[in-house]
Amino acid sequence: MTAISSPLSYLNRVDEPRLIGAAPLLRVQGLCKRYGRIQAVQDVSLDVYSGEIVGIVGESGSGKSSVLRLLNLEELPDEGRYTLALPTAIGLDGVNLFSLDRFTRREVQTQHIGIVYQNPHLGLRMGHTSSGNVAERLLISGERSFHALRAAAREALAASDFPLDRMDDPPRKLSGGMQQRVQLAKAIALRPRLLLLDEPTTGLDVSVQALVLDTLKRLQRERRLAIIIVSHDLGVIRALADRVLVMRQGRVIEQGLTDQVLDDPQDAYTQQLVHAKL
Amino acid sequence: MSRLAALAKPQTGYSYAFMDAFAKRELRRRMLKAVAIPGYQVPYASRELPIARGWGTGGLQATLSLVGPETVLKVIDQGADDSVNAANLRRFITRMSGCQTTTDALQATIIQSRHRIPEEILREGQILVLQVPDPEPLRAVQSDSSACHHMHADADYGQMWLVLYEQLVRYKRYIQGASYPSLVNGRYLISPSPIPRWDTPKLHRAAHLTILSAGREKRIYAVPPYTDVRPLEFSDIPFQVEDQRTWADERTGARYKFMNELPQADGTARYELSDTGYAEKLIAKQRGQAVTIGRTYYDDEGNFYHDGYLKPPVIPEQGG
Repeated sequence: MTAISSPLSYLNRVDEPRLIGAAPLLRVQGLCKRYGRIQAVQDVSLDVYSGEIVGIVGESGSGKSSVLRLLNLEELPDEGRYTLALPTAIGLDGVNLFSLDRFTRREVQTQHIGIVYQNPHLGLRMGHTSSGNVAERLLISGERSFHALRAAAREALAASDFPLDRMDDPPRKLSGGMQQRVQLAKAIALRPRLLLLDEPTTGLDVSVQALVLDTLKRLQRERRLAIIIVSHDLGVIRALADRVLVMRQGRVIEQGLTDQVLDDPQDAYTQQLVHAKL
Repeated sequence: MSRLAALAKPQTGYSYAFMDAFAKRELRRRMLKAVAIPGYQVPYASRELPIARGWGTGGLQATLSLVGPETVLKVIDQGADDSVNAANLRRFITRMSGCQTTTDALQATIIQSRHRIPEEILREGQILVLQVPDPEPLRAVQSDSSACHHMHADADYGQMWLVLYEQLVRYKRYIQGASYPSLVNGRYLISPSPIPRWDTPKLHRAAHLTILSAGREKRIYAVPPYTDVRPLEFSDIPFQVEDQRTWADERTGARYKFMNELPQADGTARYELSDTGYAEKLIAKQRGQAVTIGRTYYDDEGNFYHDGYLKPPVIPEQGG
């Protein structure tokens, strides 16, 4: 736990002025995805700005994880446009990412999008070292110096509050919270501007959950990440998200500021969801 | 029985070099394709041969489709010309083709080998045929062969680098001993058959043609003459060949060649040259007989013939 900055340090930071008129980092329009007879995602549109955290909530099967898979370019939709405001040098400004060829798509996926899965087995190689898992992203992007890889892995792991004396242990020997931290380090290793979180703290006990959320929040502040977090846990969404989308049967049925949606839900289903507490 | 015999075509023996003309033609075409795309694994219809899969059927088919009466053949098994496998293959090929045989790497036109490349530098026009048990270098990281094809198509070798990274973290050096994954012509990753690391650099910008053929896996690939072959290595931790600096051949005193270690009952070891053809020539020379010994890939001080290709070792610094 070396790199935790003082909790109030952000107060002293002079933020660059945020222009209201700035273009969104991520823009999705009219996303539709059908699996056989099931319409998993129906006409979902979404804008996310840099430095913003957007939560997606909904019950199981509401299509929230499908949306995340589409945003991570793991699958292609039946319809929809998806653009990321990447540095102009890459030449993908305004290009629909779904129309890219396999090779470029994979490059965008590794370089510019980070993802943390609920199940660490999906995101990590359990038998390899933790630092190796993080270094893999850099290897794919062409880093060929061992010492540079070590340094980058160490930096990313430290940034996600991973204890560095265990950086060469394989993730299968780590606790659940640490596995999520390795996933997080892997996701931010190439300094992407977009981070996707699929139920990142589900299955962790409450105290570990709080620590992981702290790390996420700090990273978001320091690196001005745009984060999309999918969760069924409204507590996590309330703690983290600026805005929230409520999904049901593949559609977005309500969206707005987190406090607004969760404290004063308009849609009948959202009201049920907010009040359904064991 | 007599009626059956009357119906059957009378036996006229085998076609030249055992395989039928169509099979040989197919194989030659595959080899041409393999030469045209260095390092790319070309599938071929591996034929049945009177030896079992895994005993060099890939190499044997390549040799049979290349051999002619004027060929001078050398067959090596783990560096030795006289081991059972090498002797068998040599006898079979000569019986079927009437070619000459030799143990001298300089005189051979075709060298079929298992696990070794001769110590003497091969020249233009010679063909080295290597027997390959497992042609797929990505097999260790990806068991799905169609996924492997995709990875080759994308030149997506990140996972192989990850394996090297893990080796450096755990053992502070590259531990892969044989069939060290190498990049051919900057594009395709190959498994150079189980030749020791010592032999891998010999493929780099070699004057001879190397054909690698896997009979069981039905894949053939090639390193054409004067093609770049680079073992995977990090830019700051160079690839190393086996360190046998202190080993000397007990019969000839030769050093800086690949050795077999012969463990003794008292715990010590004796060493002999792995390349028996080369050892024979050294012995003949020491007895005063007239032999031509060619330049070797590693000279008597252990320097590789391509200056700068092998770099001094670096031990990675670790730290938390």
